[in-house]
Amino acid sequence: MSGARIRGWIKSRVGARLIGAASALALIGLVELAIRAGMINRFIVPLPSEILTAIPRIIVEENVLHRFWQTMQEMLWASLLLAGVGILLGAVLHRFRIMRLACETWVGALAAAPIVLMYPLFLVIFGRSATTIVMIGFAAGLAPVILKTLEGLAGTRRVLLDVGRSFKLTSWQQFWKILLPAALPSVFVGLKLGLIFAMINIVGVEFLINFGGLGQLINELAERYDLPGTYGAICFVILTSVVFFATAERLERFLRPGE
Amino acid sequence: MNHGADTIAAGAATGRRVTFVRVVIITLVLGGWEALSLSGWLFRDVVPSLTAIARAIGRLLANADFYSNLGITVGEIGVGLLIGGICGLATGILLGANRFLSRAYESLIYYLGPTPKIIFFPVMIMWFGVGSGSKIAMGVVSCFFPIAISAASGMRQIDRVLILVGRSFRATTWQMVSKIYLPAMREPVVNGVRLGLGVAIIGTLLAETKLSNRGMGYLIIQAYSTFDMPRMYALLIVLFVLSIGANAVIGRFGGAGMRKA
Repeated sequence: MSGARIRGWIKSRVGARLIGAASALALIGLVELAIRAGMINRFIVPLPSEILTAIPRIIVEENVLHRFWQTMQEMLWASLLLAGVGILLGAVLHRFRIMRLACETWVGALAAAPIVLMYPLFLVIFGRSATTIVMIGFAAGLAPVILKTLEGLAGTRRVLLDVGRSFKLTSWQQFWKILLPAALPSVFVGLKLGLIFAMINIVGVEFLINFGGLGQLINELAERYDLPGTYGAICFVILTSVVFFATAERLERFLRPGE
Repeated sequence: MNHGADTIAAGAATGRRVTFVRVVIITLVLGGWEALSLSGWLFRDVVPSLTAIARAIGRLLANADFYSNLGITVGEIGVGLLIGGICGLATGILLGANRFLSRAYESLIYYLGPTPKIIFFPVMIMWFGVGSGSKIAMGVVSCFFPIAISAASGMRQIDRVLILVGRSFRATTWQMVSKIYLPAMREPVVNGVRLGLGVAIIGTLLAETKLSNRGMGYLIIQAYSTFDMPRMYALLIVLFVLSIGANAVIGRFGGAGMRKA
């Protein structure tokens, strides 16, 4: 292969990604060597090879798949609540203009508020249970769903609304047949954002209150001082969130072709 | 002329109606809260009366201990935002300026961004101890990603002409960063810092609630442990007001373009 072709391959998207992945692996290899050489304390950072071997162990012994399912169930309930309540509130704010003018800035402020800090309050109200985790996830993800639903409904093209009026559609038909389908791409963007916020908060609260699925697993392993297990579980949660995020992104692209 | 006057009058009428609706909503929420507090439907003190919460806010604001804990948390968040912001900005500029680096590494940052950062807390405790160091580290890890992603995207939006002008004047790398890149990407960077501040506040405070003996997170979890609900509500209200206020102040630096967005 000539020098120019090699340079071209390196600069291509696939080549750059492969080099990125290879350099990340090389860095992990360097860490392994530095720990073995005693340059990094192995009681603080375990050997990457130990972490790798710990992953199958935690999958089997710590029942990771069951915990994963628990977290996913919490996510599912939170997403159902988000879709039901968030889209409904967005539609109500769009329907009543005065309500929108009065409340939109409040909802925006809610999006900036650190809602997850209310988890002790939710603990008092719902107890140390999955309901607390689901409700925190729901509360944290609600604002983007409302705002994006509102944005989508308000951005419906005038000509579509006029077509609906010319067919003498009722308000309900206008919403169901014209407004909602037109707003769907924006609604899904809001749902994606809401689900990401919900997932971050669900795993976070699981960790903080030591209850539920994957978050609790990390807390338990850290309290047992099982370092390779803790790092392995963190890798597993990162992988889960990456898969979740990538799937959400694909779904968004599928729903918004051409954008 | 009359049309203009009509428009102004209609705007003023709408403004009055919006204020009226807001007053009604606030009254309904506060009235509903007070009624729920007096009803006894929930466990005692779960929904304390408004006067109890107001008294708790007053006591909190008059307490010197509150300010020392607030100072510690603000300091941890500030240092975390500073370190994470500088690292994120530098990474974003590098990724935005170099297509190869962007293709090789940006997807890693993009996908790690939404990971729940609190899961790194056990690691941070082992690396930086149980004191302020681990909380600052949580702030750094939290705010790095949104700032890096925003800076990389802002870097790619810079008008090519500006970069060529800088190069034609033979500007040094530092001059390019300080005179061309940063001023031209102010809005995305400010947006990134806003997002970064929000997540740094959450990361730092959650770490304080998990393991600390000082700071606002510690005060919240202490109020929970002693079931001092009015104090907990007071702390949450004060924190929410401060967070939203800080977010709004940073947002002001973004300029008109950001408000439009």
